[in-house]
Amino acid sequence: MIPPLFRYERAGSVEQALSLLAEHGDEAKVLAGGHSLLPMMKLRLANPAVLVDIGRIADLRQIRLDGDQVVIGALCTHAQIASSAVIGEHLPLLARAAGMIGDPQVRHRGTIGGSLVHADPKADHPLAALASGATIVVQGSQARREIPSDEFFLGYFTTAVEPDELLVEVRFPSAAGLGWGYEKLVARSNDWAVVGVATVGGRIALAAMGDRPLRARGAEEALAAGLGIQAAADRAAEDTEPNVDISGDVEYRSHIARVLTRRALAAATGSG
Amino acid sequence: MINVSITVNGVARTEEVADRQLLVHFLRDTCGLRATKVGCDSTSCGACTVLLDGVSVKSCTVLAAQADGSAVTTVEGLAGADDELHPVQAAFHREHGLQCGFCTPGMVMATVGLLNENPNPTEAEVRTALEGNYCRCTGYHNIVRAVLAASEGSVA
Repeated sequence: MIPPLFRYERAGSVEQALSLLAEHGDEAKVLAGGHSLLPMMKLRLANPAVLVDIGRIADLRQIRLDGDQVVIGALCTHAQIASSAVIGEHLPLLARAAGMIGDPQVRHRGTIGGSLVHADPKADHPLAALASGATIVVQGSQARREIPSDEFFLGYFTTAVEPDELLVEVRFPSAAGLGWGYEKLVARSNDWAVVGVATVGGRIALAAMGDRPLRARGAEEALAAGLGIQAAADRAAEDTEPNVDISGDVEYRSHIARVLTRRALAAATGSG
Repeated sequence: MINVSITVNGVARTEEVADRQLLVHFLRDTCGLRATKVGCDSTSCGACTVLLDGVSVKSCTVLAAQADGSAVTTVEGLAGADDELHPVQAAFHREHGLQCGFCTPGMVMATVGLLNENPNPTEAEVRTALEGNYCRCTGYHNIVRAVLAASEGSVA
């Protein structure tokens, strides 16, 4: 399979990328690692007339500490995140999530920014960002916006990023020293989650339990009320609309969400 | 059409390619290096694995344009000048880490990439590192033995 015809444009800077996006509007798609977009194009699920390759913008490849926040550039690869000492210390949940994506070759190319804007409700980075209370920073030609992860994912493969904006970095509050849990059930090696659960700092997020990554607010409430892990886990599937496909129906995914939430909370509290 | 300059197995090449040309087709069709295979063509099976600036990637999911300015190594580029097998190739030969051979170029390149990053992997690490490379013949047993043999430098 070869992608459908498109025009390849390379941006050497964020400014150049924004100007190409302004020029081509919603005819254009941003190419980072290409590990979601190119497969979608091969399958004719995406058919942009122009690809704006931002892959060489070195400024977007940095990981740095800014006070009590870890700032991760949009082009940081899953491999880079999984092996970063800074992330290992401050965001171990994210390191785990990034290290579970695909396989080594995929992790060498796929980027955190690409994964977040792709917004697959079964994917690892959206789940980890939501559980961690990350803030997604997007740059437009006029303004820079900081979007809380709770407001970023709007539905299947849909985010709050406008066609003329570029995701430039993701800011995570340091979770150094906090207990955390990350559980993912897959049907086969390398696959997306049947259900995923991530928890840190009292937040609990779910993958594949709706059209976007979701907070398990009922479970969070139970946990905050001191009702214990089992009581919290029992409420994990409340107010969800699980994906229904060959990997599971509503009942099965709801059950798995409760089981994985219990395990994730046990890991986070050291009682597993 | 765009111009790309890619160093393939140590040879600098400048070619005019279609915007949508994939790296695997650049290697196979433009460069005539057909050891790199198109298997699943969907970023799963790893038969198209090559090194891009020293790091293993699936060349069915990289545009030739994205590799512009980079160095690519395929399995044809591993053997020494006198055709002496690379230690990983020698290990796959010695341990019989293949049957039909279709996955082997990708398997060998994924192994070279692994050993660049982790020269002394455990068996569990080898199995995890090769999870993006499918073999439908061997059951992986001899492949894992070959990788461990190569990592120990025990191959003549």
